[in-house]
Amino acid sequence: MSVPRYWRCIPQRIKMEALKCKSCGKTIYPPRARCIYCGGNDFETYVIPEKGRLISFSIIRHAPIGFEHTTPYVVGIVEFENGLRISSQITDVDINELKIGMEVEQVFRKVTEDGKSGIIQYAIKFRPIFQNI
Amino acid sequence: MRKVAIISYGMTKVDRHWNKSLRDLFSEATLKALSRVDIPKVDAIFVGNMCASDLCDQNNIGTLIADHIGMISIPAYRIEAACGSGGAALHCGFMAVSSGIFDIVIVGGVEKLTDGTGKKVTLSLGKAADFEYEVFYGITFASLNALIMRRYMEVYKVPRDAFADFAVLMHKNGAKNPYAQLQFEIDRETVLKSEDIADPIKLYDCSPIGDGAAVVILCPLEDASKYSDSFVEIAGIGSATDTIDIASREDLLLFKSTLIAANNAYKMAKVSPSDIDLVEIHDAFTINAALSLEALGFSKRGEFDKLLYDGAFEPDGIIPVNLSGGLKSRGHPVGATGVYQVAEITMQLLGEAGKNQLKNAEIGLAQNMAGVASNSFVTILRRYK
Repeated sequence: MSVPRYWRCIPQRIKMEALKCKSCGKTIYPPRARCIYCGGNDFETYVIPEKGRLISFSIIRHAPIGFEHTTPYVVGIVEFENGLRISSQITDVDINELKIGMEVEQVFRKVTEDGKSGIIQYAIKFRPIFQNI
Repeated sequence: MRKVAIISYGMTKVDRHWNKSLRDLFSEATLKALSRVDIPKVDAIFVGNMCASDLCDQNNIGTLIADHIGMISIPAYRIEAACGSGGAALHCGFMAVSSGIFDIVIVGGVEKLTDGTGKKVTLSLGKAADFEYEVFYGITFASLNALIMRRYMEVYKVPRDAFADFAVLMHKNGAKNPYAQLQFEIDRETVLKSEDIADPIKLYDCSPIGDGAAVVILCPLEDASKYSDSFVEIAGIGSATDTIDIASREDLLLFKSTLIAANNAYKMAKVSPSDIDLVEIHDAFTINAALSLEALGFSKRGEFDKLLYDGAFEPDGIIPVNLSGGLKSRGHPVGATGVYQVAEITMQLLGEAGKNQLKNAEIGLAQNMAGVASNSFVTILRRYK
Protein backbone atom coordinates (compact mmCIF):
# COMPACT_ATOMS: atom_id res chain seq x y z
CA MET A 1 0.00 0.00 0.00
CA SER A 2 1.43 3.38 -0.99
CA VAL A 3 2.02 5.93 1.77
CA PRO A 4 -0.51 8.49 0.47
CA ARG A 5 -3.15 5.81 0.15
CA TYR A 6 -2.74 4.96 3.82
CA TRP A 7 -2.25 8.56 4.92
CA ARG A 8 -5.43 9.97 3.36
CA CYS A 9 -7.58 7.60 5.43
CA ILE A 10 -6.04 8.68 8.76
CA PRO A 11 -9.07 10.87 9.61
CA GLN A 12 -11.27 7.76 9.49
CA ARG A 13 -9.02 4.97 10.67
CA ILE A 14 -7.26 6.82 13.48
CA LYS A 15 -9.17 10.01 14.29
CA MET A 16 -12.43 8.08 13.91
CA GLU A 17 -14.17 10.82 12.01
CA ALA A 18 -17.57 10.08 10.54
CA LEU A 19 -19.92 12.55 8.86
CA LYS A 20 -23.11 14.08 10.20
CA CYS A 21 -25.56 15.21 7.54
CA LYS A 22 -26.74 18.77 8.11
CA SER A 23 -29.99 18.09 6.22
CA CYS A 24 -31.27 14.95 7.98
CA GLY A 25 -29.03 14.81 11.04
CA LYS A 26 -27.96 11.21 10.49
CA THR A 27 -24.38 10.05 10.81
CA ILE A 28 -22.65 7.99 8.14
CA TYR A 29 -19.44 5.99 8.02
CA PRO A 30 -17.46 5.45 5.79
CA PRO A 31 -17.79 9.02 4.50
CA ARG A 32 -19.58 9.57 1.20
CA ALA A 33 -19.98 12.45 -1.23
CA ARG A 34 -23.72 12.45 -0.57
CA CYS A 35 -25.81 11.23 2.36
CA ILE A 36 -27.10 7.65 1.98
CA TYR A 37 -30.34 8.62 3.73
CA CYS A 38 -31.37 11.95 2.18
CA GLY A 39 -28.89 12.70 -0.61
CA GLY A 40 -27.67 15.85 1.14
CA ASN A 41 -24.07 16.93 0.59
CA ASP A 42 -23.54 19.35 3.45
CA PHE A 43 -21.81 17.59 6.34
CA GLU A 44 -20.04 18.30 9.59
CA THR A 45 -17.48 16.04 11.21
CA TYR A 46 -18.83 13.63 13.78
CA VAL A 47 -16.26 11.93 16.00
CA ILE A 48 -17.22 8.35 16.72
CA PRO A 49 -17.64 7.71 20.49
CA GLU A 50 -14.93 5.84 22.39
CA LYS A 51 -17.32 3.12 23.48
CA GLY A 52 -19.82 0.96 21.67
CA ARG A 53 -21.48 -2.45 21.68
CA LEU A 54 -20.49 -5.52 19.68
CA ILE A 55 -23.53 -6.61 17.67
CA SER A 56 -21.93 -9.44 15.71
CA PHE A 57 -18.51 -11.03 15.36
CA SER A 58 -16.60 -13.69 13.46
CA ILE A 59 -13.35 -15.49 14.20
CA ILE A 60 -11.25 -15.65 11.06
CA ARG A 61 -9.26 -18.86 10.54
CA HIS A 62 -8.46 -18.45 6.85
CA ALA A 63 -6.78 -15.11 6.29
CA PRO A 64 -5.89 -13.17 3.17
CA ILE A 65 -2.35 -11.98 2.36
CA GLY A 66 -1.04 -9.75 5.11
CA PHE A 67 -2.98 -11.44 7.90
CA GLU A 68 -1.78 -15.03 7.62
CA HIS A 69 0.38 -14.81 10.73
CA THR A 70 -2.33 -13.39 12.96
CA THR A 71 -4.99 -16.13 12.77
CA PRO A 72 -7.25 -16.67 14.55
CA TYR A 73 -8.33 -13.06 14.78
CA VAL A 74 -11.70 -11.50 15.43
CA VAL A 75 -13.67 -9.03 13.35
CA GLY A 76 -16.97 -7.50 14.33
CA ILE A 77 -19.62 -4.87 13.85
CA VAL A 78 -19.72 -2.23 16.60
CA GLU A 79 -22.82 -0.13 17.22
CA PHE A 80 -22.73 3.25 18.97
CA GLU A 81 -25.32 5.18 20.99
CA ASN A 82 -26.83 7.01 18.04
CA GLY A 83 -27.17 3.80 16.00
CA LEU A 84 -24.08 4.32 13.82
CA ARG A 85 -22.30 1.04 13.07
CA ILE A 86 -18.83 0.26 11.83
CA SER A 87 -16.81 -2.85 10.98
CA SER A 88 -13.45 -3.32 12.64
CA GLN A 89 -11.13 -5.79 14.27
CA ILE A 90 -11.82 -6.83 17.85
CA THR A 91 -8.59 -7.29 19.77
CA ASP A 92 -7.23 -8.13 23.23
CA VAL A 93 -9.98 -10.70 23.73
CA ASP A 94 -10.18 -14.37 24.63
CA ILE A 95 -12.28 -15.82 21.81
CA ASN A 96 -14.28 -17.86 24.33
CA GLU A 97 -15.42 -14.67 26.04
CA LEU A 98 -16.86 -13.03 22.93
CA LYS A 99 -20.54 -12.22 23.30
CA ILE A 100 -23.07 -10.32 21.24
CA GLY A 101 -23.89 -7.15 23.17
CA MET A 102 -20.56 -6.86 24.97
CA GLU A 103 -19.21 -3.36 25.51
CA VAL A 104 -16.08 -2.46 23.58
CA GLU A 105 -13.79 0.54 23.41
CA GLN A 106 -11.33 2.03 20.94
CA VAL A 107 -7.69 1.05 21.09
CA PHE A 108 -4.77 1.99 18.80
CA ARG A 109 -3.18 -1.07 17.21
CA LYS A 110 -1.09 -2.31 14.31
CA VAL A 111 -3.21 -3.84 11.52
CA THR A 112 -0.59 -5.25 9.17
CA GLU A 113 2.61 -4.36 7.39
CA ASP A 114 3.46 -4.21 3.75
CA GLY A 115 6.35 -6.65 3.41
CA LYS A 116 9.80 -5.87 4.84
CA SER A 117 10.21 -2.41 3.33
CA GLY A 118 6.62 -1.17 3.08
CA ILE A 119 4.74 0.88 5.65
CA ILE A 120 3.34 -0.50 8.88
CA GLN A 121 -0.38 0.14 8.91
CA TYR A 122 -2.04 1.23 12.16
CA ALA A 123 -5.68 1.86 12.96
CA ILE A 124 -8.21 1.98 15.74
CA LYS A 125 -9.52 -1.44 16.71
CA PHE A 126 -11.93 -2.29 19.52
CA ARG A 127 -11.35 -4.27 22.71
CA PRO A 128 -13.69 -5.41 25.47
CA ILE A 129 -14.11 -3.06 28.42
CA PHE A 130 -13.06 -4.93 31.53
CA GLN A 131 -15.07 -3.96 34.58
CA ASN A 132 -12.23 -4.31 37.09
CA ILE A 133 -9.64 -2.12 35.41
CA MET B 1 -38.26 -2.08 -26.39
CA ARG B 2 -37.98 -5.46 -28.08
CA LYS B 3 -38.68 -8.76 -26.32
CA VAL B 4 -35.58 -10.92 -25.97
CA ALA B 5 -35.08 -14.69 -26.23
CA ILE B 6 -32.35 -17.06 -25.12
CA ILE B 7 -31.87 -19.38 -28.08
CA SER B 8 -28.97 -21.46 -26.82
CA TYR B 9 -26.73 -22.22 -23.87
CA GLY B 10 -23.44 -23.96 -23.18
CA MET B 11 -21.57 -24.75 -19.98
CA THR B 12 -18.40 -26.44 -18.88
CA LYS B 13 -18.46 -28.62 -15.82
CA VAL B 14 -17.42 -26.53 -12.84
CA ASP B 15 -14.17 -28.00 -11.63
CA ARG B 16 -10.53 -27.42 -10.84
CA HIS B 17 -9.59 -27.43 -14.52
CA TRP B 18 -5.82 -27.64 -14.15
CA ASN B 19 -5.26 -28.17 -17.88
CA LYS B 20 -7.57 -25.42 -19.12
CA SER B 21 -7.07 -21.66 -19.16
CA LEU B 22 -9.54 -18.78 -18.93
CA ARG B 23 -9.81 -18.63 -22.73
CA ASP B 24 -10.08 -22.42 -23.10
CA LEU B 25 -13.03 -22.52 -20.72
CA PHE B 26 -14.89 -19.69 -22.41
CA SER B 27 -14.42 -21.12 -25.88
CA GLU B 28 -15.55 -24.59 -24.75
CA ALA B 29 -18.84 -23.15 -23.45
CA THR B 30 -19.23 -20.92 -26.54
CA LEU B 31 -18.69 -23.73 -29.03
CA LYS B 32 -21.29 -25.84 -27.23
CA ALA B 33 -23.79 -22.96 -27.41
CA LEU B 34 -23.03 -22.25 -31.08
CA SER B 35 -23.44 -25.93 -32.01
CA ARG B 36 -27.10 -25.86 -30.98
CA VAL B 37 -28.20 -23.04 -33.28
CA ASP B 38 -27.84 -21.86 -36.82
CA ILE B 39 -27.03 -18.16 -36.63
CA PRO B 40 -25.70 -16.01 -39.48
CA LYS B 41 -23.58 -13.72 -37.29
CA VAL B 42 -22.80 -12.53 -33.79
CA ASP B 43 -23.04 -8.79 -33.18
CA ALA B 44 -21.36 -8.49 -29.79
CA ILE B 45 -19.97 -10.36 -26.80
CA PHE B 46 -20.60 -9.54 -23.14
CA VAL B 47 -18.33 -11.36 -20.70
CA GLY B 48 -18.79 -11.45 -16.94
CA ASN B 49 -15.56 -11.92 -15.02
CA MET B 50 -14.34 -10.89 -11.61
CA CYS B 51 -10.84 -12.15 -10.80
CA ALA B 52 -8.82 -12.47 -14.02
CA SER B 53 -6.94 -9.23 -13.30
CA ASP B 54 -5.77 -10.62 -9.96
CA LEU B 55 -5.38 -14.31 -10.60
CA CYS B 56 -4.64 -14.65 -14.34
CA ASP B 57 -2.77 -11.32 -14.68
CA GLN B 58 -5.10 -10.53 -17.54
CA ASN B 59 -7.23 -7.51 -18.33
CA ASN B 60 -8.85 -6.71 -21.67
CA ILE B 61 -10.92 -9.88 -21.35
CA GLY B 62 -13.41 -8.87 -24.07
CA THR B 63 -10.64 -8.74 -26.66
CA LEU B 64 -9.02 -11.93 -25.41
CA ILE B 65 -12.29 -13.80 -25.79
CA ALA B 66 -13.26 -12.32 -29.19
CA ASP B 67 -9.82 -13.22 -30.50
CA HIS B 68 -9.88 -16.77 -29.15
CA ILE B 69 -13.34 -17.64 -30.45
CA GLY B 70 -12.69 -16.31 -33.93
CA MET B 71 -14.80 -13.20 -33.71
CA ILE B 72 -12.22 -10.43 -34.15
CA SER B 73 -13.73 -7.08 -35.13
CA ILE B 74 -17.05 -7.43 -33.29
CA PRO B 75 -17.57 -5.38 -30.10
CA ALA B 76 -16.68 -7.22 -26.89
CA TYR B 77 -17.17 -6.00 -23.34
CA ARG B 78 -16.06 -7.30 -19.97
CA ILE B 79 -18.61 -6.63 -17.27
CA GLU B 80 -17.49 -6.69 -13.64
CA ALA B 81 -19.79 -6.72 -10.64
CA ALA B 82 -17.83 -9.08 -8.38
CA CYS B 83 -19.75 -12.37 -7.91
CA GLY B 84 -22.64 -10.76 -9.78
CA SER B 85 -20.62 -10.22 -12.96
CA GLY B 86 -22.49 -12.96 -14.84
CA GLY B 87 -25.91 -11.55 -13.98
CA ALA B 88 -24.69 -8.06 -14.87
CA ALA B 89 -23.37 -9.28 -18.23
CA LEU B 90 -26.72 -10.93 -18.97
CA HIS B 91 -28.60 -7.74 -18.17
CA CYS B 92 -26.26 -5.70 -20.38
CA GLY B 93 -26.76 -8.19 -23.21
CA PHE B 94 -30.52 -8.01 -22.70
CA MET B 95 -30.48 -4.20 -22.83
CA ALA B 96 -28.36 -4.23 -25.97
CA VAL B 97 -30.74 -6.57 -27.83
CA SER B 98 -33.90 -5.07 -26.39
CA SER B 99 -32.85 -1.57 -27.42
CA GLY B 100 -32.15 -2.64 -30.99
CA ILE B 101 -28.45 -1.75 -30.89
CA PHE B 102 -27.52 -5.41 -31.51
CA ASP B 103 -29.49 -8.39 -32.78
CA ILE B 104 -27.52 -11.47 -31.79
CA VAL B 105 -25.23 -11.39 -28.78
CA ILE B 106 -23.19 -13.89 -26.86
CA VAL B 107 -23.42 -13.42 -23.11
CA GLY B 108 -20.99 -15.41 -21.05
CA GLY B 109 -19.25 -15.61 -17.74
CA VAL B 110 -15.86 -17.11 -17.08
CA GLU B 111 -13.66 -17.55 -14.04
CA LYS B 112 -10.34 -19.27 -13.53
CA LEU B 113 -9.83 -19.23 -9.77
CA THR B 114 -7.30 -22.04 -9.64
CA ASP B 115 -4.69 -19.93 -11.44
CA GLY B 116 -4.28 -18.24 -8.05
CA THR B 117 -3.03 -19.73 -4.81
CA GLY B 118 -5.14 -19.87 -1.61
CA LYS B 119 -4.41 -16.54 0.11
CA LYS B 120 -4.36 -14.66 -3.17
CA VAL B 121 -7.80 -16.06 -4.01
CA THR B 122 -9.13 -15.09 -0.56
CA LEU B 123 -7.88 -11.53 -1.09
CA SER B 124 -9.20 -11.33 -4.64
CA LEU B 125 -12.69 -12.51 -3.64
CA GLY B 126 -12.61 -10.14 -0.67
CA LYS B 127 -12.41 -7.20 -3.05
CA ALA B 128 -16.16 -7.50 -3.55
CA ALA B 129 -16.32 -5.71 -0.19
CA ASP B 130 -15.19 -2.17 0.64
CA PHE B 131 -11.40 -2.42 0.49
CA GLU B 132 -10.57 0.73 2.46
CA TYR B 133 -13.06 0.20 5.27
CA GLU B 134 -13.55 -3.59 5.48
CA VAL B 135 -10.79 -5.55 3.73
CA PHE B 136 -8.16 -3.20 5.22
CA TYR B 137 -8.91 -4.64 8.67
CA GLY B 138 -8.39 -8.22 7.52
CA ILE B 139 -12.10 -8.77 7.03
CA THR B 140 -12.64 -11.60 4.54
CA PHE B 141 -15.63 -12.26 2.36
CA ALA B 142 -16.54 -15.35 4.40
CA SER B 143 -16.36 -13.32 7.61
CA LEU B 144 -18.82 -10.70 6.30
CA ASN B 145 -21.29 -13.49 5.70
CA ALA B 146 -20.43 -14.92 9.12
CA LEU B 147 -21.30 -11.58 10.75
CA ILE B 148 -24.72 -11.71 9.11
CA MET B 149 -25.20 -15.40 9.94
CA ARG B 150 -24.46 -14.93 13.65
CA ARG B 151 -26.85 -11.99 13.73
CA TYR B 152 -29.57 -14.02 11.96
CA MET B 153 -29.25 -16.89 14.43
CA GLU B 154 -29.31 -14.45 17.37
CA VAL B 155 -32.30 -12.41 16.20
CA TYR B 156 -34.52 -15.18 14.80
CA LYS B 157 -33.33 -18.05 17.03
CA VAL B 158 -32.82 -20.20 13.95
CA PRO B 159 -30.67 -23.24 14.86
CA ARG B 160 -27.23 -23.78 13.35
CA ASP B 161 -28.40 -27.15 12.02
CA ALA B 162 -30.83 -25.51 9.57
CA PHE B 163 -27.92 -24.04 7.62
CA ALA B 164 -26.17 -27.41 7.56
CA ASP B 165 -29.37 -29.05 6.35
CA PHE B 166 -29.67 -26.57 3.50
CA ALA B 167 -26.17 -27.59 2.38
CA VAL B 168 -27.29 -31.24 2.55
CA LEU B 169 -30.20 -30.46 0.20
CA MET B 170 -27.90 -28.64 -2.22
CA HIS B 171 -25.55 -31.62 -2.41
CA LYS B 172 -28.51 -33.96 -2.93
CA ASN B 173 -29.47 -31.91 -6.00
CA GLY B 174 -25.92 -31.37 -7.19
CA ALA B 175 -25.13 -35.09 -7.04
CA LYS B 176 -27.42 -35.47 -10.06
CA ASN B 177 -26.03 -32.56 -12.07
CA PRO B 178 -23.27 -33.53 -14.52
CA TYR B 179 -22.01 -29.91 -14.55
CA ALA B 180 -21.61 -29.75 -10.75
CA GLN B 181 -18.23 -29.48 -9.10
CA LEU B 182 -19.19 -31.42 -5.95
CA GLN B 183 -21.29 -34.31 -7.28
CA PHE B 184 -21.76 -36.14 -4.00
CA GLU B 185 -24.20 -36.24 -1.12
CA ILE B 186 -23.32 -35.18 2.40
CA ASP B 187 -25.07 -35.31 5.78
CA ARG B 188 -25.49 -32.77 8.56
CA GLU B 189 -22.39 -34.03 10.34
CA THR B 190 -20.27 -33.43 7.23
CA VAL B 191 -21.05 -29.73 7.59
CA LEU B 192 -20.87 -29.47 11.37
CA LYS B 193 -17.58 -31.35 11.59
CA SER B 194 -15.94 -29.52 8.71
CA GLU B 195 -13.15 -27.03 9.19
CA ASP B 196 -13.84 -23.58 10.70
CA ILE B 197 -13.40 -20.86 8.09
CA ALA B 198 -14.81 -17.77 9.82
CA ASP B 199 -17.01 -18.75 12.77
CA PRO B 200 -19.84 -19.57 12.61
CA ILE B 201 -19.15 -20.41 8.95
CA LYS B 202 -17.61 -23.81 8.32
CA LEU B 203 -16.09 -25.17 5.14
CA TYR B 204 -19.32 -26.90 4.05
CA ASP B 205 -21.32 -23.69 4.45
CA CYS B 206 -19.18 -22.23 1.66
CA SER B 207 -19.33 -22.66 -2.07
CA PRO B 208 -16.16 -24.33 -3.39
CA ILE B 209 -13.33 -22.69 -5.32
CA GLY B 210 -13.56 -23.73 -8.96
CA ASP B 211 -13.24 -22.78 -12.59
CA GLY B 212 -15.89 -22.65 -15.27
CA ALA B 213 -17.61 -20.84 -18.09
CA ALA B 214 -21.22 -20.56 -19.14
CA VAL B 215 -22.64 -18.95 -22.25
CA VAL B 216 -26.10 -18.07 -23.53
CA ILE B 217 -27.04 -16.61 -26.90
CA LEU B 218 -29.64 -13.86 -27.08
CA CYS B 219 -31.68 -12.48 -29.96
CA PRO B 220 -34.98 -10.63 -30.44
CA LEU B 221 -37.87 -12.93 -29.49
CA GLU B 222 -39.54 -12.34 -32.85
CA ASP B 223 -36.48 -13.76 -34.66
CA ALA B 224 -35.83 -16.68 -32.30
CA SER B 225 -37.71 -19.31 -34.32
CA LYS B 226 -35.49 -18.57 -37.34
CA TYR B 227 -32.45 -19.82 -35.47
CA SER B 228 -33.73 -22.49 -33.13
CA ASP B 229 -36.84 -24.54 -32.41
CA SER B 230 -36.29 -24.42 -28.66
CA PHE B 231 -35.89 -21.14 -26.84
CA VAL B 232 -37.09 -19.22 -23.78
CA GLU B 233 -38.09 -15.62 -23.23
CA ILE B 234 -36.35 -13.29 -20.81
CA ALA B 235 -39.63 -12.10 -19.33
CA GLY B 236 -38.25 -9.80 -16.64
CA ILE B 237 -35.03 -8.36 -15.33
CA GLY B 238 -34.30 -6.22 -12.30
CA SER B 239 -31.17 -5.10 -10.58
CA ALA B 240 -30.39 -2.85 -7.64
CA THR B 241 -27.54 -1.76 -5.39
CA ASP B 242 -27.05 -1.43 -1.63
CA THR B 243 -24.23 -0.01 0.51
CA ILE B 244 -20.92 -1.64 -0.34
CA ASP B 245 -20.02 -2.08 3.34
CA ILE B 246 -22.49 -4.10 5.39
CA ALA B 247 -22.30 -2.16 8.67
CA SER B 248 -23.94 0.91 7.07
CA ARG B 249 -27.19 -0.92 6.40
CA GLU B 250 -30.17 0.04 8.53
CA ASP B 251 -31.32 -3.58 8.52
CA LEU B 252 -28.43 -6.05 8.50
CA LEU B 253 -30.77 -8.96 7.83
CA LEU B 254 -32.45 -7.61 4.73
CA PHE B 255 -31.04 -8.16 1.23
CA LYS B 256 -32.58 -4.89 0.10
CA SER B 257 -30.92 -4.95 -3.33
CA THR B 258 -32.40 -8.39 -4.03
CA LEU B 259 -35.82 -7.24 -2.79
CA ILE B 260 -35.86 -4.22 -5.12
CA ALA B 261 -34.38 -6.15 -8.06
CA ALA B 262 -36.95 -8.93 -7.62
CA ASN B 263 -39.87 -6.52 -7.40
CA ASN B 264 -38.79 -4.84 -10.63
CA ALA B 265 -38.34 -8.19 -12.37
CA TYR B 266 -41.75 -9.47 -11.15
CA LYS B 267 -43.38 -6.26 -12.36
CA MET B 268 -41.77 -6.46 -15.78
CA ALA B 269 -42.68 -10.14 -16.20
CA LYS B 270 -46.17 -9.49 -14.73
CA VAL B 271 -45.81 -12.38 -12.28
CA SER B 272 -45.59 -12.83 -8.51
CA PRO B 273 -43.50 -15.22 -6.40
CA SER B 274 -46.36 -17.78 -6.42
CA ASP B 275 -46.10 -18.03 -10.23
CA ILE B 276 -42.45 -19.11 -10.12
CA ASP B 277 -41.92 -22.84 -10.70
CA LEU B 278 -38.23 -23.03 -9.83
CA VAL B 279 -35.51 -20.74 -8.60
CA GLU B 280 -31.74 -20.59 -8.73
CA ILE B 281 -30.48 -18.50 -5.83
CA HIS B 282 -27.03 -17.17 -4.95
CA ASP B 283 -26.08 -19.41 -2.00
CA ALA B 284 -22.38 -18.53 -1.90
CA PHE B 285 -22.74 -19.28 1.83
CA THR B 286 -25.67 -21.10 3.43
CA ILE B 287 -26.82 -17.90 5.18
CA ASN B 288 -27.25 -16.30 1.74
CA ALA B 289 -29.95 -18.86 0.97
CA ALA B 290 -32.10 -17.72 3.89
CA LEU B 291 -31.81 -14.02 3.16
CA SER B 292 -32.18 -14.45 -0.61
CA LEU B 293 -35.33 -16.58 -0.35
CA GLU B 294 -36.81 -14.01 2.05
CA ALA B 295 -35.98 -11.05 -0.18
CA LEU B 296 -37.36 -12.84 -3.25
CA GLY B 297 -40.68 -13.36 -1.47
CA PHE B 298 -40.48 -17.15 -1.02
CA SER B 299 -40.20 -17.10 2.76
CA LYS B 300 -41.29 -14.83 5.58
CA ARG B 301 -38.39 -13.17 7.35
CA GLY B 302 -36.74 -15.39 9.91
CA GLU B 303 -38.75 -18.45 8.86
CA PHE B 304 -36.32 -19.99 6.40
CA ASP B 305 -35.84 -23.06 8.63
CA LYS B 306 -39.59 -23.74 8.93
CA LEU B 307 -40.01 -23.87 5.16
CA LEU B 308 -36.84 -25.90 4.77
CA TYR B 309 -38.17 -28.55 7.19
CA ASP B 310 -41.61 -28.46 5.53
CA GLY B 311 -39.84 -29.58 2.36
CA ALA B 312 -40.73 -26.39 0.49
CA PHE B 313 -37.33 -26.14 -1.20
CA GLU B 314 -37.07 -29.81 -2.24
CA PRO B 315 -37.41 -30.76 -5.93
CA ASP B 316 -41.06 -31.69 -5.27
CA GLY B 317 -41.71 -28.79 -2.88
CA ILE B 318 -43.63 -25.54 -3.29
CA ILE B 319 -40.60 -23.75 -4.69
CA PRO B 320 -37.76 -26.04 -5.82
CA VAL B 321 -34.50 -24.28 -4.96
CA ASN B 322 -31.28 -24.79 -6.91
CA LEU B 323 -32.01 -28.04 -8.73
CA SER B 324 -28.47 -27.60 -10.09
CA GLY B 325 -27.04 -27.92 -6.58
CA GLY B 326 -26.58 -24.18 -6.33
CA LEU B 327 -23.33 -22.41 -5.65
CA LYS B 328 -22.81 -24.84 -2.78
CA SER B 329 -22.63 -28.00 -4.89
CA ARG B 330 -22.65 -27.03 -8.56
CA GLY B 331 -19.91 -24.60 -7.67
CA HIS B 332 -19.26 -20.88 -7.84
CA PRO B 333 -16.89 -19.79 -10.61
CA VAL B 334 -17.71 -16.29 -9.45
CA GLY B 335 -18.01 -14.16 -12.59
CA ALA B 336 -19.63 -17.05 -14.46
CA THR B 337 -22.19 -18.01 -11.80
CA GLY B 338 -24.94 -15.66 -12.94
CA VAL B 339 -24.81 -17.11 -16.44
CA TYR B 340 -24.74 -20.69 -15.11
CA GLN B 341 -27.95 -19.97 -13.21
CA VAL B 342 -29.68 -18.63 -16.30
CA ALA B 343 -28.39 -21.50 -18.46
CA GLU B 344 -29.67 -23.99 -15.90
CA ILE B 345 -33.14 -22.44 -15.77
CA THR B 346 -33.18 -22.41 -19.58
CA MET B 347 -32.25 -26.10 -19.59
CA GLN B 348 -35.11 -26.84 -17.17
CA LEU B 349 -37.68 -24.86 -19.16
CA LEU B 350 -36.62 -26.64 -22.35
CA GLY B 351 -36.91 -30.04 -20.65
CA GLU B 352 -33.23 -30.86 -21.08
CA ALA B 353 -32.18 -31.12 -17.43
CA GLY B 354 -31.80 -34.90 -17.29
CA LYS B 355 -32.00 -36.46 -13.83
CA ASN B 356 -32.86 -33.12 -12.25
CA GLN B 357 -35.68 -32.32 -14.67
CA LEU B 358 -38.71 -30.72 -13.10
CA LYS B 359 -42.03 -31.56 -14.73
CA ASN B 360 -43.99 -28.81 -16.48
CA ALA B 361 -41.74 -25.94 -15.49
CA GLU B 362 -42.90 -22.75 -17.18
CA ILE B 363 -41.39 -19.85 -15.26
CA GLY B 364 -38.03 -19.77 -13.51
CA LEU B 365 -36.12 -17.11 -11.61
CA ALA B 366 -32.39 -16.62 -11.17
CA GLN B 367 -30.90 -14.39 -8.46
CA ASN B 368 -27.22 -13.49 -8.72
CA MET B 369 -25.49 -11.02 -6.46
CA ALA B 370 -22.26 -9.19 -5.78
CA GLY B 371 -20.74 -9.05 -2.33
CA VAL B 372 -23.19 -9.55 0.51
CA ALA B 373 -26.06 -8.44 -1.73
CA SER B 374 -24.49 -5.06 -2.40
CA ASN B 375 -25.62 -5.50 -6.00
CA SER B 376 -28.32 -7.95 -7.12
CA PHE B 377 -29.42 -9.20 -10.52
CA VAL B 378 -32.75 -10.98 -10.82
CA THR B 379 -33.84 -12.56 -14.10
CA ILE B 380 -37.17 -14.24 -14.85
CA LEU B 381 -37.36 -16.68 -17.75
CA ARG B 382 -40.52 -18.02 -19.35
CA ARG B 383 -40.97 -21.07 -21.54
CA TYR B 384 -42.08 -19.89 -24.95
CA LYS B 385 -45.36 -21.38 -26.04
